[in-house]
Amino acid sequence: MTNCIIMHTRNSMQPNDLERIARQIRLRDLQAVYEAGAGHIGGEMSATDILTALYFKVLRVWPEQPKHPERDRFVLSKGHVALALYVTLAKRGFIPEEEIHTFLKPHSRLNGHPNCNKVPGVETNTGPLGHGLPVAVGMALAAKLRGATYHTYVLTGDGEMQEGSNWEAISSAAQFGLNNLTLIIDHNRFQQGAALKDTNDLAPFASKLVAFGWDVTEINGNEMAEIVPALEKRTARPHCIVAHTNKGHGISFMQDRVDWHHRVPNAEQYQIALAELSETL
Amino acid sequence: MNAIATPAKLHDCRDAFVAVLERLGAENPNVVAVCNDSVGSSKLGGFKSKFPERLVNVGIAEQNMVGVGAGLANGGLLPFVCGASCFLTGRSLEQVKADIAYSNANVKLVGISSGMAYGELGPTHHSIEDFAWTRVLPNLPVIAPCDSIETAAAVEWAANYPGPVFLRLSRVGVPDLLPAGHVFQMGKANLLRDGDAVTLIANGTLTHRMMKAAEILATEGIQARVLNMATVRPIDVEAVVAAVRDTGAILTAEEHSVFGGLGSAIAEVVVAEAPAPMKILGVPGIFAPTGSAEFLLDEFGMAPSAVAEAAKSLLARKSGRA
Repeated sequence: MTNCIIMHTRNSMQPNDLERIARQIRLRDLQAVYEAGAGHIGGEMSATDILTALYFKVLRVWPEQPKHPERDRFVLSKGHVALALYVTLAKRGFIPEEEIHTFLKPHSRLNGHPNCNKVPGVETNTGPLGHGLPVAVGMALAAKLRGATYHTYVLTGDGEMQEGSNWEAISSAAQFGLNNLTLIIDHNRFQQGAALKDTNDLAPFASKLVAFGWDVTEINGNEMAEIVPALEKRTARPHCIVAHTNKGHGISFMQDRVDWHHRVPNAEQYQIALAELSETL
Repeated sequence: MNAIATPAKLHDCRDAFVAVLERLGAENPNVVAVCNDSVGSSKLGGFKSKFPERLVNVGIAEQNMVGVGAGLANGGLLPFVCGASCFLTGRSLEQVKADIAYSNANVKLVGISSGMAYGELGPTHHSIEDFAWTRVLPNLPVIAPCDSIETAAAVEWAANYPGPVFLRLSRVGVPDLLPAGHVFQMGKANLLRDGDAVTLIANGTLTHRMMKAAEILATEGIQARVLNMATVRPIDVEAVVAAVRDTGAILTAEEHSVFGGLGSAIAEVVVAEAPAPMKILGVPGIFAPTGSAEFLLDEFGMAPSAVAEAAKSLLARKSGRA
């Protein structure tokens, strides 16, 4: 019933509603990381607002018909933040919310990277970086060839953009005129081991995407009032949203700290994080 | 059955592939061809002129090509992703693993000019590792047809099979061996010639060489069984076990490294189900020297006369054991 209400009221969702849902997703994500003793909490927190806006406002999807041919496609290319996707999919009604307890447990379908053959709502298997964008290009191209009206979204990490396959895909998306494709780069400025700028600094992204023939929008990717219009924006060329985010967003001691890429909070840190996320609910 | 003579006329199996692909394209608007600047080498010119909007050329970008193929399948199309087998499998192996096999995407991967078809271009362009790389991947049937008839039948079958497939084709001319109207069955070997002394098993460009070797052996009173085993995965366990039961020895040959290919797949069955003397012919674990595919196959002991000799030494091992 809750899901039906969400479905019917999706388009009337206001930024405040979405922010509340995003905080609930962050809280559940934190609890699951703590329970499982693993996860990629930094990148999950940076991407949660984008996932929330997609699933609770923007995407035309039907949880009871996850393979509906006209569904909008969303590809989580930064597959290591699978937990944030699972929590979002559960909240949206694709999988039972209580199943989040099984994250990373033996034989759970919720492993560390999403599996499209087991988890409804997942479109393609990701995990190795640089895979989602080429697949998304194929999805958008299929819509063009078949005259379908669905839109394709793909979320990559900023460090992930170091994979050359992404630039093959960016170039071909422009060549194919895929104005039904939106790439969101979760630009949290940190990769697994260091800051992007200290590793292989592709920033600024916007000028590079423009040079490849894309339209680019830069936003605060943790600010719902900026995220939603950017996702809903339609452009003449493929659209890239450079989403400036904070790794660990919402939990003060994790914010912008590279060591929280995949660290697990201890009991004391967990209580602090719980309190911070709960007080804003 | 033993009366089948080896016809002289040679066929480029790419022609059979594109003839079926173009017919499928006319019948089914969802059929698309995806390639990496390989319209010519994949012989997709006809498909392109008939269905220009359904020829997706991503340029020289194989990782993107395979990913795009997976996305096209997700969007409801039936993509045939074509490229030189060395690049399709080697350059984009992780895409083949994650986007195609693990995602179980309904994509048909068509490796063109496999084996040492690009002989003189050197080991960078040889694809003698592709059986090994692809046959370890779950969900992905691996198929190397032996002639134009089997190629056409396998393409037709692949179009109707609801999942990923790797078709390994060559450009090297081969004679037709299978009967007209042959229907492809995944994982089923074809008995081309029966015998009780030894079983010769091959696929792709080696099957007709096995037939010639069997003819040589027959002149010496040795009756060899010849099996065409296009499907490397799933391997035809029943045919291998029957070969050991009926003939007691197996000789395999392939345009591939001796490591990890058809012979290895058969050896896995032999070891587990029916131990017997066996020998694997192929490229002996080296980067091949310069030369045409035909030259290199002869060089590596796969001329029909050399295959016949290998069979005889196997017979000696068999009788020594008995």
